Amino acid sequence: MIQVRELTKLYGKKQVVENVSVDIRRGQITSFIGPNGAGKSTLLSMVSRLLDADTGEVLIDSTNTKKLKSNDFSKRVSILKQSNYMNVRLTIRELVSFGRFPYSKGRLNDEDEKMVDQSIDYMDLKEMENSYLDELSGGQRQRAFIAMVIAQDTDYILLDEPLNNLDMKHSVQIMKILRRLVDDLGKTVVIVLHDINFASVYSDRIVALKNGRVVKDGTTEEIIQSAALKEIYDMDIPIQQMNDCRICVYFNS
Amino acid sequence: MRDLHKMLILVGLALAACGVYLFQDLNGSFDYALPRRGIKVFAMVLTGVAIAYATVVFQTITHNRILTPSIMGLDSLYMLLQTLLIFFLGSDHITIVNKQVNFMLSIAVMVIFALLFYRLLFKKNDRPIYFLLLVGIICGTFFGSITTFLQVLIDPNEFSIIQDRMFASFNNVNSDLVWTSLVIITLLIAFAWKQNSSLDVLTLGRDTAINLGVNYDAIVKQMLVLSAVLIAIATALVGPITFFGLIVANLSYQFFTSYKHSVLLTGSIVISVVALVGGQWVVERIFTFNTTLSVIINFIGGIYFIYLLLKESRSK
Repeated sequence: MIQVRELTKLYGKKQVVENVSVDIRRGQITSFIGPNGAGKSTLLSMVSRLLDADTGEVLIDSTNTKKLKSNDFSKRVSILKQSNYMNVRLTIRELVSFGRFPYSKGRLNDEDEKMVDQSIDYMDLKEMENSYLDELSGGQRQRAFIAMVIAQDTDYILLDEPLNNLDMKHSVQIMKILRRLVDDLGKTVVIVLHDINFASVYSDRIVALKNGRVVKDGTTEEIIQSAALKEIYDMDIPIQQMNDCRICVYFNS
Repeated sequence: MRDLHKMLILVGLALAACGVYLFQDLNGSFDYALPRRGIKVFAMVLTGVAIAYATVVFQTITHNRILTPSIMGLDSLYMLLQTLLIFFLGSDHITIVNKQVNFMLSIAVMVIFALLFYRLLFKKNDRPIYFLLLVGIICGTFFGSITTFLQVLIDPNEFSIIQDRMFASFNNVNSDLVWTSLVIITLLIAFAWKQNSSLDVLTLGRDTAINLGVNYDAIVKQMLVLSAVLIAIATALVGPITFFGLIVANLSYQFFTSYKHSVLLTGSIVISVVALVGGQWVVERIFTFNTTLSVIINFIGGIYFIYLLLKESRSK
């Protein structure tokens, strides 16, 4: 379990994240939703130690993250940010191999190679593993980065808007893979999402932020309710049940 | 495997350049000409190693391939120091006449400046590295302006001595200094070589590097200090020559397909040896000492820099 305790982040005098406490349960997908500027990405960056919190602490399986060495941390929690600009040309396989860095420090042994192979297979990238990243489409590149995170083999996987710039087909593909990571491999996934329908269909729990504070925190059924969404987005959003999915029809509200 | 072949070809070229430089028209002068040429080659190799290493590492930590460590203002500081010494103490003072004293003093001033500079700027941990570079540019310009001001006032005879220092030259390198530099550079690189795999991860960007467990802030600081010290040694040994690093680092990126720093660093080092020794041969044999190596380097480097800028702007 990841326990977030009273995290606060200030940019100048503006509090972008204010006294946030959240529990993230193991073996589930937890989605962070909320309007632009709610502090979702900032919160995720602080949990994953990309950003220092001004106050508060994060516990991972009851260990304070400040007490973890960076390398040990990277064996337990991985984070994928939205922009992944790089200076070098890498093939998919080279990128995925970097996922083993916390274990092998760049010298891959047989076990590392096996893990890299598995991750590439898992993301269905086998036939293009020697293509360069800059030759790929957005969806393929995103899958390559997720394969790197899978090779990193951490219990907790944090993703910051992984569906950005992806079309419907690839978005669904990515979400299905994340679901499988949780259901088949027992990973814990935390994901920042903009589209509440993806959050509704794929997540177990939803944490809603607004103006740097947690306004709702509960199971998907509890949050995907017109009243709760009104509070989060200031919009009247009717909800339709379709098969097993609860779909928010926000387009003309 | 192809990278290995390229490396072998380059090493062959470097050895050939050194061989030609050492033995051409030697006429059996093994006691006089050979040791003198040997020291020059030695100095060129050391300078090449220091500049190439410092530049590649610096470009990795700044995520920018058209920067050189000279942006930290160390070259300008070196020139300011030389000008100040000659202006206030005169060209016959021990700090100018005695090469060893001058060498140590120059290194000390540059390293202390770099350390103070980082200390001040890293006090607040959240400052981006570009802030540091901008302050570096301002310091460099400031030092440059004072230098020019003093040079305008100075006695013309003294100025000719300063002018001598303004361009890198291998023509009268002190052999004791070469040995001292060898020791320091070897120690530094032996220590830094272990960080190569972390530097590989750093090319993926800050966020990914931290995600993969690299202690980002610590390694960036270490590498900044390392490149400052290497630049200080090279500059104190032969004069301001930092621009040269830009050429060799980028040639190395273009030439080798690998992203690995062990390859890129070795490659840029070998390329710089070829360029320095070959260039010095051209200066001596073709231009018969009518120009200095750094003039040629700045000329070719400038053209290459414009090419790089055009290439970068087209790829965006």
